Amino acid sequence: MTAILLEDPSGGRRDLGGHRGPPSWARRLSGPVVLLVAWQLVVALHLVDDRYLTSPWSVVQAGQQLLGDGTLQGDLTASLSRVLWGLAFGVTAGVGLALVAGLFRLGEDLVDSTMNLLRAVPVIALLPLIIVWVGIGEEAKILLISIGAAFPVYLNTFAAIRNVDEKLVETARAFGLGRLGVIRRVVLPGALAGFLVGFRWAMGAAWVLLVFAEQVNANRGIGYLITQAQAWNRTDIIILGLAVYGLLGLASDGVVRLLERRLLSWRRGLIAR
Amino acid sequence: MATWPDRAVVARNITRRFDGRPVLDGIDLDIRPGEFVALLGRSGSGKSTLLRILGGFDRSFTGELQVATRRADVFQEPRLLPWSRVLPNVSLGLRGPDVEARALRALDEVGLADRARSWPATLSGGEAQRVALARALVREPDLVLLDEPFGALDALTRLRMQRLLRELCERHRPAVVLVTHDVDEAIHLADRVLVLVDGVLVEETVIERSRLLRRLGVEEPTPTRELEGVLL
Repeated sequence: MTAILLEDPSGGRRDLGGHRGPPSWARRLSGPVVLLVAWQLVVALHLVDDRYLTSPWSVVQAGQQLLGDGTLQGDLTASLSRVLWGLAFGVTAGVGLALVAGLFRLGEDLVDSTMNLLRAVPVIALLPLIIVWVGIGEEAKILLISIGAAFPVYLNTFAAIRNVDEKLVETARAFGLGRLGVIRRVVLPGALAGFLVGFRWAMGAAWVLLVFAEQVNANRGIGYLITQAQAWNRTDIIILGLAVYGLLGLASDGVVRLLERRLLSWRRGLIAR
Repeated sequence: MATWPDRAVVARNITRRFDGRPVLDGIDLDIRPGEFVALLGRSGSGKSTLLRILGGFDRSFTGELQVATRRADVFQEPRLLPWSRVLPNVSLGLRGPDVEARALRALDEVGLADRARSWPATLSGGEAQRVALARALVREPDLVLLDEPFGALDALTRLRMQRLLRELCERHRPAVVLVTHDVDEAIHLADRVLVLVDGVLVEETVIERSRLLRRLGVEEPTPTRELEGVLL
């Protein structure tokens, strides 16, 4: 009889899921913290001239000062309202055009080719034309953001409407739904995920265009704050402005994620309340 | 709209071509109210095409066709709207009074009343197909068209679903056309089995034993395995 060599295939190192250690958010935070510490060290050791880079702490102090005299709140409100109005108009236009193109054959012929043609033009290049049309005031900034937001919403929503499962449409018709019923029960909910992808893109575009628009002509807003600080060589305020832009971008991403969790809860099979 | 006495389906000389090649070639078919007909054939025999024509999904055919207006479909996949909960899926397109109560009763009949508020994604394959059955039956159809409804299920679930389908059909007595390639399933469930080969009905068998047993209300024994191979 031959003896067969046996072994424990796990090699004695079992994985029973009992890992101890810092929670995941703490581990994910460690990268940025290391960056901040390195930044503080670079400044504290005078490796760079103060005029080029100030310490994180002085950025915080600048923030406190600007919050104290109300400047930051005013600029933040101005920037936020530009983005919100721009998104409101842009998303409405994008969804409207996607519905016209997605639901009517004539609409597709008219709208889709036009939109694909226009999207080849960089939105920022439209600014001179926009200024000629509506001047250099708030309208120009909002219009620029609207146009930039409309395209990603249109493209993703239209594609999503087109990709709605044809079998589900056929089934809904067979069970007696009319055209409107099919749109309401099948097409729109089916296209929602695609719309949210477009919405997220639109938010990203809106912040980028806001930065651009606020540096052209503004007397309020985060971009104005940065431009002023540049004139006074205040790198602390410049970095503060950049940080605010970054935080706003993060916050808007959080908003979309929240929307997705609410509206697409059926995907994960969770019961939304 | 012609009315034929005592018929749920009347088809004469139904022919359907794809690129000139006949997929269905002169099909004649009569189905009485309450009759359970199984349509057997290999893949490519035209059985699904015939079912799509009966359901009104395919309009590129020639011949005479009259089909009950109140009909309901069960497809190979459940085809539930993933973004609607189970109950609104059952009541999809349903009109009249007490839509919700009727849908709930239909769900109860397939044993899923407690899943009314669930998302379809949380159902197993068999449960989803039971919801699809409830969605068809809640309409109180005169004709139910089933396209290999249990093909994607595991063997045990399939047996349970076959029994459920037979019980439901005995209770509601709609005319049924069941497309399948499973000989056992056809013999087990149907009053009449039609065999479709290359777009032509080549054989018609009345399943007397099954019919008689059902008349007597006797539970039918599990079909023997010998029957397999009759077709293939």
